[in-house]
Amino acid sequence: MRIGITLILLLGGCKPPPEGRAAMPGADVQRGRALVQRTGCAACHVIPGIRWPQGRLGPDLTHFARQGMIAGRVPNRPDMLAAFVRNAPALVSGTTMPAMPLNEGEARDVAAYLYTLD
Amino acid sequence: MTWLPIFTRSTEQALSGWPPPVLDPAGPFASSITTLSWILFAMAGAVLALVLAALWVALAGSQRLRSRLGGTRVVWLAGIALPVVVLTALLIYGLSLTRTLRTPPQPSDIRVRVTGEMWWWRVAYLDRAGGVAMMDANEIHIPVGRTVTVELESSDIIHSFWVPRLSGKIDMVPGRRNVLRMQADAPGVYAGQCAEYCGGAHALMGFMVVAHDPDDYARFMAARARPAPQPGGQAARGAQLFQDSGCGACHRIAGTEANGLAGPDLSHVGSRRTLGAGILPNNRGTMIGWIGDPQSLKPGNRMPAYSTLPGQDLTAIAAYLETRR
Repeated sequence: MRIGITLILLLGGCKPPPEGRAAMPGADVQRGRALVQRTGCAACHVIPGIRWPQGRLGPDLTHFARQGMIAGRVPNRPDMLAAFVRNAPALVSGTTMPAMPLNEGEARDVAAYLYTLD
Repeated sequence: MTWLPIFTRSTEQALSGWPPPVLDPAGPFASSITTLSWILFAMAGAVLALVLAALWVALAGSQRLRSRLGGTRVVWLAGIALPVVVLTALLIYGLSLTRTLRTPPQPSDIRVRVTGEMWWWRVAYLDRAGGVAMMDANEIHIPVGRTVTVELESSDIIHSFWVPRLSGKIDMVPGRRNVLRMQADAPGVYAGQCAEYCGGAHALMGFMVVAHDPDDYARFMAARARPAPQPGGQAARGAQLFQDSGCGACHRIAGTEANGLAGPDLSHVGSRRTLGAGILPNNRGTMIGWIGDPQSLKPGNRMPAYSTLPGQDLTAIAAYLETRR
């Protein structure tokens, strides 16, 4: 009996996480990080790995990749995140986060970088 | 000297031109300082080599060499005569060089007064007579190829004005007016930094010098001299909020009731390259972040957090300030 439970637990632990949730084909994480610094995202967000600034007006982005929803309203999916970092008010009306000076490709890079915050 | 990696960073840095590279002059005044620096480095290297050679002789040289190193003749020549000659020459050269940096304003010069504050820079463009023609903060616009005389003051403690690529470095001393001349040979953005420790946020006290082509400079200044357009829509609501929240007690915006002088002049804040005195890029997001919680970005600065305002209000104020160009 006990061996059976252990076996089930072990096998359960082997199940891989759902794949592709954070897949951003063609996006460049390093470029995304540089864009985050250039646009000053950290003026409102604590971002692990960015030493300064560490703004506190917006949410802390530690473990952002594990977060279920963006701004509590939109599923945390790559396409949604890329759209959100570029023009947040279009997805979540009433959010304090404004549209940021990023083009579509840059927004994908930024999103790819944010998914490294595990 | 861009090959010195500790003095430069990649172009991917958040703010163009920051941190400012040293020994990479972009104008005549900085060039002479750079030349002086290299002469000093070279001479220091030569003296080090001489001392090491003498040390080697003393430790491992032959009897004949060691006897020549001893005695008072070497002391008189290498210990007294050489330093006197070399240091006197350097002193004369250095003083004549710094004199050209500190000549009082000439009629043809452009005059700017910069006042050091904890921890930002009050900027006033002066007319020929020395009257204030335009106020600004944390950014200085100059034309290429013209000498600009910067009159340096402080309103609290000692700061130091330093734009490494355009001129030398000189302290801003309370109760005194120091003068420094600078010039840029090419259009561009040249970063500056306070170079005298002045309290907690000293390292976050930067600014930008923007050099324009002469025509561009004339257009730029003429555009600024015109009254700013009335804000509409969200910006109009922001203007009302700016007034109702009491921002005008510390900040001035030309043409409005806001006439506070304790904080940076915001008449042209929308066209600035940076926020918080050279520390953040200027966009709506950073503006909201700064207004909402400046203490998290620049601890100890005199602006309180306005996180009591709803996000929509912060956004409206930021939208209004963007129109003040």
